[in-house]
This record gives sequence, C-alpha cells and structure tokens, in this order.
Amino acid sequence: MSTFEKIRSYPLTWIVAVAAIMATILSFASPYFLTSGNINNLLKQVSIVAILAAGQGIVIIMGGIDLSVASVLALSAVTIGWLIQAGVDPVIATFCGLGVGTLCGFINGLIITRGRIAPFIVTLGMLGIARGMALVITEGVSYQILEPFFLTIGNSKFLGLPIPIYFVITTFLVVHIVMHYRVFGRHIYAIGGSERVARLQGIKVDREKVKVYALSGFLAALAAVVMVGRLAATPPSVAQGIELQAIAAVIIGGIAFTGGRGMVLTALVGAFIMAMITNGLNILGISSFWQQVLIGIVIIAAVWIDNLKQAALK
Amino acid sequence: MSQSIVPLVEMRNISKHFGGLQALTNASLNLFPGEVVGVLGHNGAGKSTLMKILAGAEVPSSGEILVNGDLADIRDPNDARAYGIETIYQELALCGNLDAPSNLFMGRELHTWGFLRKADMRREAAEALSKLNIRIKSLDSDVEMMSGGQRQSISISRAVHFDAKIIIMDEPTAALGMEESKKVVDLIQDLKSHGIGILWISHDIHDVYNFTDRIAIFHGGKNVVTAATKDYTQDEIVSMIISGRPVSKEASA
Repeated sequence: MSTFEKIRSYPLTWIVAVAAIMATILSFASPYFLTSGNINNLLKQVSIVAILAAGQGIVIIMGGIDLSVASVLALSAVTIGWLIQAGVDPVIATFCGLGVGTLCGFINGLIITRGRIAPFIVTLGMLGIARGMALVITEGVSYQILEPFFLTIGNSKFLGLPIPIYFVITTFLVVHIVMHYRVFGRHIYAIGGSERVARLQGIKVDREKVKVYALSGFLAALAAVVMVGRLAATPPSVAQGIELQAIAAVIIGGIAFTGGRGMVLTALVGAFIMAMITNGLNILGISSFWQQVLIGIVIIAAVWIDNLKQAALK
Repeated sequence: MSQSIVPLVEMRNISKHFGGLQALTNASLNLFPGEVVGVLGHNGAGKSTLMKILAGAEVPSSGEILVNGDLADIRDPNDARAYGIETIYQELALCGNLDAPSNLFMGRELHTWGFLRKADMRREAAEALSKLNIRIKSLDSDVEMMSGGQRQSISISRAVHFDAKIIIMDEPTAALGMEESKKVVDLIQDLKSHGIGILWISHDIHDVYNFTDRIAIFHGGKNVVTAATKDYTQDEIVSMIISGRPVSKEASA
C-alpha cells in the first residue's frame, strides 16, 4: 500500500477534511467565528457530547448501542449534587458519581449478556430507570453547586483552553490507546466484526461486553462531572435527549452502525461538525429550527457517502 | 493401525440434546496419532455437533472425552485449544473486518501487560503463512478482501501455528478451486507425517476415500460403522450414509 493510499483510506482523513472545509467557510462567512470567545464557546459546547460520543463509539464498534447515557449522566450528576448538599467532600462525591454511572453501565452489560436481551431494549429501559431515579432522589429539585472544585472545572482555563476540553482530550487519548493498542480493543473489533467467530476463537465475549457497557456508563458519569461544573447545579432533567446527539456524532464520524468498523477519534470530529453547524448558524443569525433540519440531513448524507465510498473500494 | 497405542482422542458415549431434539445418542469416536479419520453422515446426522463438542463450542449432555488417555474437561474453545485441539470451520470463522495477523491470533493475542505486540504477531503470521507456501497480497488488508482460498489458508495456518495435536477440518476443500484443494490435501499429508491426527468432515466421497485411513459414519445421531476406509467400496459407504445401516460383510473382521 502506498503512502498516499494509506492516507486516503485512513478513517480520519476525510472527516477531518470536511470539518476543516466547514471551519474555513464559516470563518469567511462571519468574522466572529474565529474569535477566541467563540472558539472557547464551541469547545465548551462540544465537550459533553464528545465525551458521550467516545463511549458510544466503542459500544457501536462492538455492534451494540447505549441509549441510556444521557439519563445515566443525569443520575450521576444528581448523586454528586445530593452528596455535596448532604455535606460530603466534593472529591468523594465525584467518585461516588463516577461509581454510580459505572454501575448503571455494568448493570446494562449484565442484563444484555445474562438475559440475552437486545442492547437497544435494555438501555432503553435504563434510560427510563436512571432518569426516574434522578427525579426520585431529588424530588425534582435542582441542587446548586458552588464548590470551587466544580466552578474551576466549569469556568477556568488552562493554557488558554477551557478545562472541559482537557477532559475530552484525555478521554479520547485513553480510548484510542485502548481500542488500537490493547488486547481489549482488538476483542471489541472482533466482536463487532462477528460475535459468533469471536466466541469460537475463545474470546470471552460476555465479559468483554459487560466491560464495554460499564465503560460507557463511566464516561457518561465523567460527562456529568463536566456538566455539573458548567451549570453549577444538578437539575435532574439535565441533558435530556443528548444520547441521540452522541449517536449522531458517531455516525457522522463514519463509524459503521453494524459494528466492527471505524475509529473512535472520528466521533470527536463528528461532534465538532455538529457543534459547528449549531454555532455557525447561530452566529449567522439563522433560526435554530433550521439547525435540526441541517443536522438531520448531515447524518443521512454521512452514511450515504460512506456507503458509496465502501462500494467504490470493492 | 495398532490398537496398543493410546488414542489422541477418545469420545465415549456422547449424547447431546437441544431441548427436545436428540442430536446425538451414545456416539463414540477415536483418533490415533498420524491418522486421518473421515467423519461422514447426512446433514443432521450429528457429525457437526460431535465435532463442535470436541472443539468446545458445545457441551455434551452426557458422555466423556479422553485426550491421550486422560479424562479431558472441555467446556469452551479455550479448553479445547489447551488440549491441542484446533478447528477449521467450514465457514472459516474469520472476522472479515480484521487483517490476517489479527485473525491468526484472535483470542490469544501476544501482549505485554495487555498491550498488543503487533510487530511480533505480524512477523509470526508472515512466517506461519509462508511455511504453508501461502501468498497473500498484504498482511494489512482486511480478510474480507481476500479470496476463499486465501481465507482458508489463514484458517489452516491458524490451526497449525499453535502446535495442534488434533485438527478438526469441516469441509476443508469445499470452498476451494482444484489447485487450492490440492494444496490442502498435501498439507494434510504433511501434518500426518508429524503425528497429528485429523478429523475430516466432508461430503466429497471421492476425497474421503482417497485421503482418509478410517471412516466413521453417523446417522440420526448414532454410530453406523467405524472401520478402515478400504474395507468398503465407495458405493457401500454412500449406501451406509443414506440408509444408516451397516453393509453386511462376511469377509472383513
């Protein structure tokens, strides 16, 4: 394979090119787009969806789906808020929140593998359960979080970049290493390629699945930490419907919905593309109703183009 | 074949039912070093189930398996592999979305602290493939881009690479052209000479007749006959597969 071909077939190449073209067009269309204020805004907007998309990307590459991430995010956030309000140290509260998110994912994985129930159904159930539990714990009330720990996460910068973006960078770095340099990641691709084959070749498919859903739950909780920092509060209705944005980011990135194919890093670019659409149309003064239409078109077009590309390769 | 040697594998009185369906009833089979045994029968005769049990892909309802004369506990594919039992499935059991080295080492990747040793796996895969005189376009391309023969080669080299003592081959030549089939047959001769035992599942009576030492015919989940291949004619073998009754032989013991 020539170097050119390698670059051409590398999953990141095309999607990064699309994102770069979009950014260029937007910077010509509005002088405001490239200001540091707007870029910071964009980075903050993208962070929550991006972290969720990392988890979703892994799950989808394994051939699954996790609809529960936004609700798990809410339950983790509420756990943190409730504990802090009860006088618990914010760092300990954060660890408890991360634990609750991981536990939700672990339960998802356990039910999917033990009960032999489709991930769509199990995580749809968890979507209701986690959101409901968040409302039950708080009785629908939002706690205000004025701890410096969270205010720093939400409002401070490090080396000129908002703190949430470091959560995103770390997440994707770790996920990329896991997916491409660790045995666990290789097994995830194998299961996504053919679960039956993976089983015949002695991969402990059920165990790996539980680990992946637990990881997705953990990342939802990590997104919750960022969310609590940004909102300085823990409304139980937070992030409603955001799981679909995470799925959209994964798909726009070019990760195959059928599993086994794609690279999680492309989901980060997918999240950026969606954020740029929203942000770009805002600064151009176009109605937010059109944003939904456009994102819908982009999702379908992304998959269509990917299909054409696959067909051309064969 | 001298019966004083300890068989590589002995499957005794294996029964298996799936719910109400009785797939195997007291089926038995043995295999000696350097021997090729043809496992024959209709679709649904139970031969595939018996092979899956040996490969660890199914667990028997009752019966026992002995490897080298010792009772073996085979509950999953990893157990089977630990006993040196490798399987080449008819559908090849490869992940199309992964390259040859990834498929070769699937489920037993070389690693240091969980980090893949990609270069080592690539090198060993290249060696394993070249040992079988297999040429593939690129070790980096996905297996689904390859021909049936190339995929078959990867399956076979996977089995051979990990020091198999017993190889189960499910229709090893079914998906192959003439030249590729011949390669597989040559390879089987080579494996035999190294004392490896091979269980060959096939519908091609001609191949079975020419390349197996013994045959085991199954019908309705039961043994029909197990005998030296040359004790019967091809026609008699076909007739036993169809009828499920042994052909009476006065002359042979």
